[in-house]
Amino acid sequence: MTEPKTTSVEVNGYSCRVWTAGSGPKLGFLAGFGGLPKWVPFLDALARERTVIVPSLPGFPGGERGHLALDSHLDWLLAVRQILEGAGLAGADLAGSSVGGSLAAEVAALWPAMVKRLALIAPFGLFDENDPATDPWAQRPPDVPALFCANPANWEMLKAEPEGLNSPEWPIEQVRASEAAARIFWPLGNTKLEKRLPLITAPTLLLWGGEDKVMPRSYAGKFAKGITGKTEIKVIPGAGHLAELDKPDEVAAAILGWTR
Amino acid sequence: MKLMWFHLMPYTELPDDFREKNPSVWVDIHSSLFDPRRAHHMYNDFMDELEFAADCGFDAICVNEHHSNGYGLMPSPNLVASSLARRTTDTALCILGNSLALYNPPTRVAEEMAMIDCISGGRLIAGFPVGSPMDTCYAYGQNPSMLRERYLEAHDLVLKAWTEKKTFAFNGRFNQQRYVNIWPRPIQRPHPPIWIPGGGSVETWQWCAEMDYVYCYLSYYGYKAGQATMTGFWNEMAKLGKDRNPYRAGFLQFVGVAETREQALELYAEPAEYFYGRCLHIDPRFAGPPGYATEETQRRGIKGMVSQAADASRDTARYETKFQTLAREMDAIVDKGYVIIGSPDEVVEQLTEVATNLNVGHLMMLLQFGNMSKDLAKYNTQLFAEKVMPRLQHVHSQWEDHWWPQPMEKQERAEPASFHPAAQAAAE
Repeated sequence: MTEPKTTSVEVNGYSCRVWTAGSGPKLGFLAGFGGLPKWVPFLDALARERTVIVPSLPGFPGGERGHLALDSHLDWLLAVRQILEGAGLAGADLAGSSVGGSLAAEVAALWPAMVKRLALIAPFGLFDENDPATDPWAQRPPDVPALFCANPANWEMLKAEPEGLNSPEWPIEQVRASEAAARIFWPLGNTKLEKRLPLITAPTLLLWGGEDKVMPRSYAGKFAKGITGKTEIKVIPGAGHLAELDKPDEVAAAILGWTR
Repeated sequence: MKLMWFHLMPYTELPDDFREKNPSVWVDIHSSLFDPRRAHHMYNDFMDELEFAADCGFDAICVNEHHSNGYGLMPSPNLVASSLARRTTDTALCILGNSLALYNPPTRVAEEMAMIDCISGGRLIAGFPVGSPMDTCYAYGQNPSMLRERYLEAHDLVLKAWTEKKTFAFNGRFNQQRYVNIWPRPIQRPHPPIWIPGGGSVETWQWCAEMDYVYCYLSYYGYKAGQATMTGFWNEMAKLGKDRNPYRAGFLQFVGVAETREQALELYAEPAEYFYGRCLHIDPRFAGPPGYATEETQRRGIKGMVSQAADASRDTARYETKFQTLAREMDAIVDKGYVIIGSPDEVVEQLTEVATNLNVGHLMMLLQFGNMSKDLAKYNTQLFAEKVMPRLQHVHSQWEDHWWPQPMEKQERAEPASFHPAAQAAAE
């Protein structure tokens, strides 16, 4: 495993952790639902070819309680832009998964010069009442791992408290990650992103886990249809909503290929 | 002490196999189970029961707010309270209460409650709960990450709308109104007493102490389970330098009284088992929206009814155990203290103990619960009023209740015309 370098960016008085690893042209990654309480193999796979830069978003692991300062969608988008700039990602290639994918798409729409090539993994942001996305916040706890990953053990590994840590803060941080996602996307996941998709001119890869139980596959077509730049849809067999946790090498290879 | 009569207004005809065939009594309970023509009778029976309780001399009658809920048919308690204001004379009207973050603009609450205070001649108690996750975040779609902030801001706005004499602009984080100037204004000055129903969060206790509001612990699990929460509350009051005036607190208790304990067991088993078996059948997926329980509450591990449930997202085992161990049969329901039953003597003894041990001056009693019939509810209410109430009223008499409504003098109040439609009179 690569040992990432850790720095931080300050937004509204809260610190956001930034992980950097690898070498080569910069590639940013915004994490999905639940954030990144730990470094994951997917980031290693990206770092083999690129300088991968992973900023935490406010309220997600590494992002303190910064979500509490963000009341509106505009507040969120300005914070994300500030974080990307602070992390040195202005004008770089950008990938994002799930909730992070939605925010990556927003930045590409509002500030086209911020993003060179874009890769989105099952992004939030739309809602189709004829094919509704699953409510990730109304789940019986035992059902959560299998909702986000095709192999539930991948979610469990991400969320398991590191041995010996034994801190009440760890579980609180995981609840906070879910709260931060709720702060942006409650109740339907619909931020009306559809209206802004035509502003995206960056070439955009749309990746979808073949077994995504959160975001219906039909949403990939809606993104492709709305985005002005060139798009390609690629389904990753055997992967769930957080495809990068289930199939790190396949997802990384697709992103590296798209941004090469 | 004050003896208050509380109605949840449960739908009384949920099927026997409700728990087996339905995931939840709340949020997504199926509409096919609701028969509006039966509900016509339920609402009228329930309001008769509330009026009957007022006639029997209870200090207050209480209503509350729930949404998409098979055991609480009052999305708007204000509608019911408004009717009660016309059909009762001296009893206090306790709305417990309006979930402030659900109203847009929140001045709607200030207006409606001011109306009820005016109609009733100043008999209103204004309750402001944050509201359960099921009501607020799921049924009403409120963002759990902003619910408390919105609630607190709405409270500030309502309070200012009641007390500020001039038209003012409210420039809040979530609410902006250029012209706030409610008509009518409440009779009670500076405003109706404010009571806060809440779980066991320390922040709520501290806020009640700071604002000098009554804290109400509305648990369905009775005095034994409530002891820890109320002890926590009084410890916090002591820490903040507040006296132990029992009228700072309210507590909810199910009660069934009969001539003998055996008779009480026989009479109240069915409605109690209906309530705990069917009405509290709640899908755990609606229990814990993230952000509902504050981090401080999570950290301190202090659990009220709702915050306990809200922890489900990070502690499956504890939550599921709680629902598996919830008593659903009469022996256990009584044994655990969810429902106090017995002869008048036995009920007096137990409630004296509750009032003393928990140090509560406002005892809110559910004397109708589950699918209890109107006849039995009236029997329970009347027997309580005649044989139990007189022997409890002296408890805490050394303390003064600073949190009770101050109505207009009786002789100054309007006398609503008795209900006697002309057509009916002609027929007679």
